[in-house]
Amino acid sequence: MKIENKLEKIKERFSKVIVSLEEKTKNRIYIEISPDCIFEIANFFKELNFRFAIASGVDTPSGIEILYHFSDDKSGKIITLRTLIKDKKDPKIQSITPIIKGAEWIEREIWELLGVNFVGHPNLKHLLLKDDWPEGKYPLRKEKNE
Amino acid sequence: MSRKIIPIGPYHPLQEEPEFFRLYVEGEKVVDIDIVLGYMHRGIEELSEHKHFDQVTFTVERICGICSNSHPFAFVNAVENLANIEVPERALYIRTIVAELERLHSHLLWLGLAGHFIGYNTVWMWAWKYREPILDCFEMISGNRNHYAMMKIGGVRRDILDEHILFLKKSLKEVEKGISIFEKAVRNDPVIGARLKNVGILTKEEAINYCVVGPTARASGIDIDVRRDDPYGAYDRVSWNVIVLEDGDIFAKTLVRILEMYESVKIIMQCLDKMPKGEIFKEIREIPAGEGIGRVEAPRGECFHYIRSDGTNRPTRHKIRAPSYMNVASNKIAAVGGTISDAAITLAAVDPCYCCTERTVVLDKNTNNKIISAEELIKLSYEKTKKLKRALYGDFIS
Amino acid sequence: MNLKLLTKSIWVFHAACSPCNNCDIEILDLLTPRHDVERFGIVLVGSVRHADALLVTGVPNYKTKDRILQLYKQASQPCLVIAVGSCACGRIMFRESYNSPCDLDKIIPVDIYVPGCPPKPEAMIAGIVKLIKKVNENRK
Repeated sequence: MKIENKLEKIKERFSKVIVSLEEKTKNRIYIEISPDCIFEIANFFKELNFRFAIASGVDTPSGIEILYHFSDDKSGKIITLRTLIKDKKDPKIQSITPIIKGAEWIEREIWELLGVNFVGHPNLKHLLLKDDWPEGKYPLRKEKNE
Repeated sequence: MSRKIIPIGPYHPLQEEPEFFRLYVEGEKVVDIDIVLGYMHRGIEELSEHKHFDQVTFTVERICGICSNSHPFAFVNAVENLANIEVPERALYIRTIVAELERLHSHLLWLGLAGHFIGYNTVWMWAWKYREPILDCFEMISGNRNHYAMMKIGGVRRDILDEHILFLKKSLKEVEKGISIFEKAVRNDPVIGARLKNVGILTKEEAINYCVVGPTARASGIDIDVRRDDPYGAYDRVSWNVIVLEDGDIFAKTLVRILEMYESVKIIMQCLDKMPKGEIFKEIREIPAGEGIGRVEAPRGECFHYIRSDGTNRPTRHKIRAPSYMNVASNKIAAVGGTISDAAITLAAVDPCYCCTERTVVLDKNTNNKIISAEELIKLSYEKTKKLKRALYGDFIS
Repeated sequence: MNLKLLTKSIWVFHAACSPCNNCDIEILDLLTPRHDVERFGIVLVGSVRHADALLVTGVPNYKTKDRILQLYKQASQPCLVIAVGSCACGRIMFRESYNSPCDLDKIIPVDIYVPGCPPKPEAMIAGIVKLIKKVNENRK
């Protein structure tokens, strides 16, 4: 299926939950969605044969933004799902590891470096940091400098 | 059957980086594997936020020494994507030449280590001998054998002079002879075939599940290559082939890398001939606020960088994903079910660039089980090769 | 144990803290035909108990700092330590990293520093030769 058809299908099926969809620059598409739809959309992306590349967690003043980057290798486009978790005290989102095995490690990494709880993750424990890393100390959070 | 745990790492002499795999074995068979990371973690993503954009290029180079060009390349691609910067033509060609030279040196390095893991030390010495002319090329172009610091936002930092081109072409012809020796050896030697064929199989389905990239994916029948799918540099201005094989075993992974080396030589030769004269970089004074994604096909697979800027001279967020991050996890499938004598070569077959992904793992559950040392594991691999040689050639060859 | 005896043939064990791997590849390069350090009697050994010298690369991080100290203690004394690469010498750009507690020489005593990123194989051989000279001079 061509990428344009795939995007049409995505727009059709998730029209109610997509906040915005734009091709910012050549081959880079960004879709903003609410965090509770991530599992359903990731599952649909898997059916469309999008390859999960990686997820980026960003600490912003308005919340923790997680971007899930998928690649459509036939067309060379990267489709990024942008979600914003507004609650910074106890941020949580559903884990996509049960459907995409390749997401296991990055969810563990975002958990330990930014403090986001991935609900339903089969193995949420330290990946990079030592096991007795002090709790509540998240290296990629910006407030640590204050 | 008693269960034994074999720890490999963190300081095994032939694994240059500390990494820890725990293999759970029953008799001869590997039944489970734990992968632990964390020994390489230096917090580079966080360091990026304290450095300005030009400094980040040098910082990310030191993520990994073997693919030390891929990370800066992906980073400058990300920033150029963010700021919509058009790079001069000559710079695109130079970038491509450096990237392909790196692919050659990285694949030869892996070939040497793979040869060592199965007990063919001559392969190790010869592969690394043929690697030296490439390092000489790098030293000539950039001043350093590794960490060549060629990338810059807007272009490249150094030019390839006309005097260099003759030396480059001569070195490549020499390397091509070496590649053909390895190809013949791998295809024709029955012992190498017996060691690598049908070992460490990663099926296409599992490869897709684990989202693997690079030669690991292409050896399992997945036709992906960033150079063709999302072109950057000068890859769409020269002709070359993507190598895809179906079997998913270590033999396929080896052959994919060897055949890719021929393609790399082809690409570099065409670039050296077609490279236009002109500027090698565009002066960039400001990076506007925004976000960008850059990716390149590193020797191990897709190297992915995401950059976010707020208009100041430092990134607000820099996400780095090296190819091995996705590939090493697939060892859970490839190594499990095999024998201990094949474990060493199977784990090495994804060409793990540990520092890229930083791994080390030690999960210790049963402390009253027998432990075999990593050295003995390599010895087991050598024993298997000896047995096969004896079976094929008889006792007069040891 | 007579330190001077060591200088006949040095057995080195390569220990990596948290390197980018470049220094480690250049160390392995020393064994390949172009440099071939085995002709000087420098042998890379598989176990730290057989080592006369430790070649340490990389930046010590929280997970590796205890292990490198453990390794040093396991080596039979006297064990010389050669810090290979700028990271092992002084952490350079990784000084501000949240995962790196201190320099290598605060964890184990270092005898020779070979800076470079990475140091060329010739520089490493020169470093080992300086070490041999230093050990011989101290004995006089």
